Amino acid sequence: MSSASTVTTDLMAAGPPATGFWRRALRHRSFVLGGTLVLLVIAAALISLVWTPWPPYDIDIAAKLKPPSAAHWLGTDALGRDIVSLLLVGARSTIMVGVIAVGIGLTFGVCLGLVAAARKGWIAELILRMSDFTFAFPAVLSAIMLAAAIGPGMVTSITAIGIFQIPIFVRVTRGSANAIWAREFVLAARASGKGGFRITVEHVLPNILPVLIVQATIQFALAILAEAALSYLGLGTQPPQPSWGRMLNDAQTLLFQSPMLAVYPGAAIAIAVLGLNLLGDGLRDLLDPRLARER
Amino acid sequence: MSIFLLRRVLTLAATLIGASIIIFLVLDALPGNAAQMLMGADASPDAVRALTVKLGLDQPLLYRYLLWLKGMAVGDLGNSYVYGTPVLGLIAERLVLTIPLALLSMSITVVLALTAGIYTAANHNRIGDVGVMSLTQVGIALPNFWFAILLILLFAVKLQWLSAGGFAGWDDGIWQGIRSLLLPAISLALVQAAILARVTRSAVLEVLREDFVRTARAKGLSKREVLWEHVLRNAMIPVMTVMGLQFANLLAGTIVIENVFYLPGLGRLIFQSIANRDLIVVRNCVMLLAAMVVTVNFAVDVLYAFIDPRIKVHNL
Repeated sequence: MSSASTVTTDLMAAGPPATGFWRRALRHRSFVLGGTLVLLVIAAALISLVWTPWPPYDIDIAAKLKPPSAAHWLGTDALGRDIVSLLLVGARSTIMVGVIAVGIGLTFGVCLGLVAAARKGWIAELILRMSDFTFAFPAVLSAIMLAAAIGPGMVTSITAIGIFQIPIFVRVTRGSANAIWAREFVLAARASGKGGFRITVEHVLPNILPVLIVQATIQFALAILAEAALSYLGLGTQPPQPSWGRMLNDAQTLLFQSPMLAVYPGAAIAIAVLGLNLLGDGLRDLLDPRLARER
Repeated sequence: MSIFLLRRVLTLAATLIGASIIIFLVLDALPGNAAQMLMGADASPDAVRALTVKLGLDQPLLYRYLLWLKGMAVGDLGNSYVYGTPVLGLIAERLVLTIPLALLSMSITVVLALTAGIYTAANHNRIGDVGVMSLTQVGIALPNFWFAILLILLFAVKLQWLSAGGFAGWDDGIWQGIRSLLLPAISLALVQAAILARVTRSAVLEVLREDFVRTARAKGLSKREVLWEHVLRNAMIPVMTVMGLQFANLLAGTIVIENVFYLPGLGRLIFQSIANRDLIVVRNCVMLLAAMVVTVNFAVDVLYAFIDPRIKVHNL
């Protein structure tokens, strides 16, 4: 947590103007490469809303397990569905689960973290102990419990991943917010009569925002990995909705006949996660010059 | 120290009880009648009622929860709804695979990570450092179950050196068992090793900047001597903390990897039990895994405090 605190403190001192940020950003290798990969995945998801080479849900047994060709660029699966179309639509599920799960973690985690920083004593202790307690349930375990209780599906995986994200955001938010609360300008705000809520909204939250953006990028990558694992296990996105994890599961039974079917979806997941990790690294360097020098 | 330990033990106990309450509520109260789930929607009400009584599900929720707690304390986890055999026996059978798998992958993780981490720190900003760090960046991005499938493709489908899945057991000797667990352990270890290598590198670089390292060099010790005799001992503190947390991750990761390789471990047992609606087995397996995660974190906290006295002072 100390690193998060120092990040925030340095961010305040640096405060780069927006134009300077973009000029430096476009020269930063990790940021550019990561950003390009992430844009690629987002573009795939957006394109799938209006166009796919073939209808992704149409089954054509006569065309099953076709090798790559001009008609099917990456071939077809065991049900004759076009792999490119499935990958494009799969990007949509991945992004949707990631955005909602990180949104859950961000919303609850940031609120609780801000309260824990603003209110010392038993409230902070309770929030921290509760977040420690949530660490006992990795996303896969939460999803297993929810799947056993209410059945598998996208809601199950989103809820499980979202719950697991909350304590991480609580800790990062609290650590960063504590550093802001110790600054002189907060003391001045208190002296001028501002209450805890106003100081949190007007001073603390805007100053920890860059840290939260970096953390959200990293958590997004973890959410994509978790979603893929849960879909692979059959606990996440359900057929006929395509998902990269589910495609891997289907491909595993055909390893001897069509090994490449297991390569494409995994590569798509790796590209998305690598992109987000590089983007997160780049953002951290750009938003915190101290860490950039140390790396 | 004793106050610190007592506080940590109390926190551990509270976390375990809290976890058991959540697990019990989600897996016993939320799904409704387990007897109805077992028999299906078409079962007659009389049959469902009879099974409800037989399984003890007609008792109040609090009574059932306390009965479960008491059972855990004395090693009686009840009988499987489907097989009718003791749950403890079912779990013990599967742990014979899951625990060695987690330990083997942890060993691979440590060897790979320490080698890569120390090498990159000793060659900071040289081509070897940049190359290995780029590889770890890719390693972190790979889903372990996909890497597992790629390993199957290479070693089982293409080279045909190892089997694509299954477990030979320990009866034909330790080597046969380890051979079956080799690919699963490597696929579990890769991501963790990539993370740990980066942590090791950072920790070693941090210690290398300390004044005592400069003093040691000024006294005439070689770079290698300083690295092995002074730097590593100090750098190991954060590395060990992360190792402990990673062991917990590996335990959760076995659930996925056992399914990739069709290994009859705890992860497979959980999935079979979900499919069979055997909620008592799911409940106890989830509790065991959660308890392992919490206990490993507790052990790391305590160990860390023993190694670095500043921690316990800070936490008191």
